[in-house]
Amino acid sequence: MYEFEYVRPQTVATAVEQGGAGQYLAGGMTLLPTLKLRLAQPGRLVDLNALPELQGIRVDGNVVRIGAMTRHADVARSAELRRAAPVLAELAGGIGDPHVRNRGTIGGSVANNDPAADYPAAVLGLGATVVTSAREIAGDDFFTGMFSTALAAGELIRRIDFPVPKRAAYAKFPNPASRYAMAGVLVAETAGGIRVAVTGAGPCVFRVPEFEAALTRRFAPEALDGLEIPSDGLNQDLHGSPEYRAALVTVMAQRAVAHAAARG
Amino acid sequence: MSATTADTPAGTGIGASVRRVEDQRFITGRGSYVDDLERPGQVHAHVVRSSVAHGEIRRIGTDAARAAPGVLGVYVGEDLRADGIGDLPCGWFVSNIDGTPMFSPSHPVVAVGRVRYVGEPVAVVIAETAQQARDAAELLEVEIDDLPAVATLERALAPGAPAIWDGAPGNVSFHWQIGDRAAVESAFARADHVAKLELVNNRLVCNAMEPRAAIGEYDAGRGEYTLWTTSQNPHVIRILLATVTLKVPEHKIRVISPDVGGGFGSKAFHYSEEVIAAWAARRVGRPVRWTADRSEAFVSDRHGRDHLSHVELACTKDGRFLALRVSTAANMGAYYSTFGPAIPTFYYAPLLSGTYAIPAIYCDVKGVVTNTVPVDAYRGAGRPEATYVIERIVDRAARDLGIDPAEIRRRNFVPKDAFPYRTALTLEYDSGDYAQALDKALALADYAGFPARKQASAARGKLRGIGLSSYIEACGVGPSKIIMTSGGGSGLFESACVRVNPSGSVVVMTGSHSHGQGHETTFAQLVSERLGVPLESVEVVHGDTGRIQFGLGTYGSRSLAVGGSAIWKAVDKVIAKGKKIAAHVLEAAESDVRFENGRFVVAGTDRGLSFPELAFTAHAPLRFPSDEIEPGLEETAFYDPSNFTFPAGVHVCELEIDPATGVSEVVRYTVVDDFGTVVNPMIVDGQVHGGVAQGIGQALLENCVYDEDSAQLVSGSFVDYTMPRADDLPTLAVDYIVTPCPHNPIGAKGCGEAGAIAAPPAVMNAVVDALAARGVGDVQMPATPHRVWQALRAAAKPAAA
Ligand SMILES: Cc1cc2nc3c(=O)[nH]c(=O)nc-3n(C[C@H](O)[C@H](O)[C@H](O)COP(=O)(O)OP(=O)(O)OC[C@H]3O[C@@H](n4cnc5c(N)ncnc54)[C@H](O)[C@@H]3O)c2cc1C
Repeated sequence: MYEFEYVRPQTVATAVEQGGAGQYLAGGMTLLPTLKLRLAQPGRLVDLNALPELQGIRVDGNVVRIGAMTRHADVARSAELRRAAPVLAELAGGIGDPHVRNRGTIGGSVANNDPAADYPAAVLGLGATVVTSAREIAGDDFFTGMFSTALAAGELIRRIDFPVPKRAAYAKFPNPASRYAMAGVLVAETAGGIRVAVTGAGPCVFRVPEFEAALTRRFAPEALDGLEIPSDGLNQDLHGSPEYRAALVTVMAQRAVAHAAARG
Repeated sequence: MSATTADTPAGTGIGASVRRVEDQRFITGRGSYVDDLERPGQVHAHVVRSSVAHGEIRRIGTDAARAAPGVLGVYVGEDLRADGIGDLPCGWFVSNIDGTPMFSPSHPVVAVGRVRYVGEPVAVVIAETAQQARDAAELLEVEIDDLPAVATLERALAPGAPAIWDGAPGNVSFHWQIGDRAAVESAFARADHVAKLELVNNRLVCNAMEPRAAIGEYDAGRGEYTLWTTSQNPHVIRILLATVTLKVPEHKIRVISPDVGGGFGSKAFHYSEEVIAAWAARRVGRPVRWTADRSEAFVSDRHGRDHLSHVELACTKDGRFLALRVSTAANMGAYYSTFGPAIPTFYYAPLLSGTYAIPAIYCDVKGVVTNTVPVDAYRGAGRPEATYVIERIVDRAARDLGIDPAEIRRRNFVPKDAFPYRTALTLEYDSGDYAQALDKALALADYAGFPARKQASAARGKLRGIGLSSYIEACGVGPSKIIMTSGGGSGLFESACVRVNPSGSVVVMTGSHSHGQGHETTFAQLVSERLGVPLESVEVVHGDTGRIQFGLGTYGSRSLAVGGSAIWKAVDKVIAKGKKIAAHVLEAAESDVRFENGRFVVAGTDRGLSFPELAFTAHAPLRFPSDEIEPGLEETAFYDPSNFTFPAGVHVCELEIDPATGVSEVVRYTVVDDFGTVVNPMIVDGQVHGGVAQGIGQALLENCVYDEDSAQLVSGSFVDYTMPRADDLPTLAVDYIVTPCPHNPIGAKGCGEAGAIAAPPAVMNAVVDALAARGVGDVQMPATPHRVWQALRAAAKPAAA
């Protein structure tokens, strides 16, 4: 690590004020390893851990509001969520390992937009809204590319609002080493129609219109038989080729559909 | 977890599952590892490593780094050379087929002139704090002119490959052979069938939980060095420091290996950082410490395995083995590590006969240099590679000939009445009963019920496979004579000192080293049983050349068989002397004194002395003549085994493959081992569990991958290097048979490596069995989901077309 200034603001307003010249620290699960490896050199860390305002889960009729500093473990074990939108609890419960789930936050995950992170599939797949210190950003417009988002410098995520889907499920094929998603597919029947969002397979989370159309005709795993997304542009690494990832996307989508259909 | 732990005898003697005495301090955070130690005035070393795989060092500018805050010294390879520091040694020597000596590359402690792998030390910065050392390291101007690099065996052996060493044309640094080539050729000419396989034994990173660390200290008043290091064999490190690298008198060096968190072989070698810490401590006049971070460990801890083998087994049509022919290329890395060339030769090829009577065997091995971390022993060291070769080809032959894999093994086993059995490759197997282990394993695994389970899996869309591995290993190195006539640079015996205090408590100084094996418990059990003293009265001391007479350390499953036997012999001497003293005190003839149940008694009488009474008497020489019998009660013994030990057994792996994703799930795993006498079944179960986890890891998960062009390590962190985790493993069924080792006093054969040796072929045979239904011929390790999926896709293509 390089040396940096550390502040722990007590109000969101102060945090935003200090954040302009610094970097927010949430669960630290991504940021701290980056600092330890000396891959980043922020002048100031603005610790968000003393801001109760940013924490917690609230179900407001048809909208689930999750504070940016809510830990993955809290989302995974929330009884309210398990009733209203079990897909979110299921997704959070499959992130990393218990240590990571106890520290990592939804805001940090979404702000970081790792191409293999799970939450982006929920934000895009459920048509969520990212509420920041400055504005509301539609989930559809939020993720702009690998590790990049629509957030401006110093802009703070306060919470994320998820419309409750009619039914939805998430199926993830974990990278055997890191357990991040190699192909994570969220399938949802929402008020605005069927949505299929894929994370892990490409450089950034994306929707699959072809799958959505097929599932609109018939919401069953067999509807996707024989369909495969093109492998061009999908990720290639030690753990899988683009072709493998394309095949996994179909398999995971079918498993998510089966699960969602079983939910009724 | 295990069938045996529950039904072991009560008490604390041999055969009892005593809880490990060391766990109290480990589990409560009171262990004392090298990095826990603080030395007065200590400063920190940061090792600057090459970021390129192959290149000429043009210049290393050190001025800015020297001027940085807190910096006490910046040193490059030439500085160490100029101070008389020697190259890192290789303690094993191999001859080529034509009788010429192998090529021996020089291996500087810190690179001189050229760098040959990513991670090779190029400079050292010593500073007041670790942070300052690291900050200053970033100011070094390291200018290296890139040279073409090569990392993999295929690339290194290809025509026109970049040359790494002038002395190793074609990157082959030795070409060695064993066996009777003519006999093998003639057997192949007579064979009904020849089974063939190309086998990759994937490269592994050991990843002990505790990273390596070293602290050097120099006492200028006495001219003495102390080195704390995470080593499996501190005395060996002292010898090498004294005679090869640091070059100071052996009695002026003390090497201490305190608690060490796992080694698996990777901490048995002499490393640059040990030399750097000791040398720099004198240079800067302060204790110098260094601890690897995990990224550093990946590129500097010696790697394991990395073989490519072409294997052929000649058989009759009813599956009798006639001859085995193996040609292996072994990646040595850029330099030879301490035991490097021994692993793919001496520790590998002689084991190719497996548990079978094979009349003729021939094997040749090419040592290949590449721009990668040096390769050396890793849990099993050569024997996993041999077991993988023989156990995979035997299964291939069974499949080719339509014979059940259990049956083909049974037909070819060395029969139990054939021991001692001399193989076609010089080893003399001492004892065993391979068919008994097989029968027991098949029963425990419900082998007969497999077809029904396979059907049930198929109904759920899963491919189920079963795989066997009937392994053998040579442990308990070594008979010194065999080691030294086979290329070893020194003997391999072990030493023990048993010191009885006047109050009757006992201190055992052993030359073995425990870095997770539980010696403090197992050795105490031995002594407690033999002397009849409570376990709590026995203290086992290890890992300090200042306290222990001598030792050759722990690796190759040698601690109980060799180190334990040395303790046994020292106890014999204690008892013999005790009898002499007791004879005087009890006024009886020495020949009438017996030592029974912890008492020296006169046969046929009720006269006797308890062990503590005798211990006290020995230190109060009133009633025995101290001019005839020396007072005190302390005995030292050295034990040099007369043969290797040969643990053997059968593993059965059953797994399910999801054809949609290629994921293999091990659903049942059965182990029947023959370790000879088992002193602590719970500890042995633990060794088996850990070994099997690493073996399953090698077969399905772990892979050390270098980029083919740049020779950069791609799997350089846990984000990409797949360590096995609890949820990758099933509950293991572990049982034993016992054929005691006939040539050591305990009857023990060794258990530390068996799991890692036996598991990979069992798992891969199961993978191949599962995939056979879909027309897949073979898959290489690791059978990752991606690889299995690719094999299934490739096999499905022709059918679809
Ligand atoms: C071993 C391991 C395994 C993991 N496995 C998975 C997995 O399977 N799936 C998965 O999805 N993730 C995984 N993760 C990532 C983890 O779940 C966290 O989501 C991720 O590390 C980011 O969240 P954090 O709270 O730790 O953020 P931090 O690391 O603290 O911050 C990350 C980035 O987000 C910024 N940031 C944080 N909060 C805000 C905010 N409110 N507004 C604006 N910017 C902000 C920070 O400045 C920083 O740039 C894994 C991590 C580890 C270490």
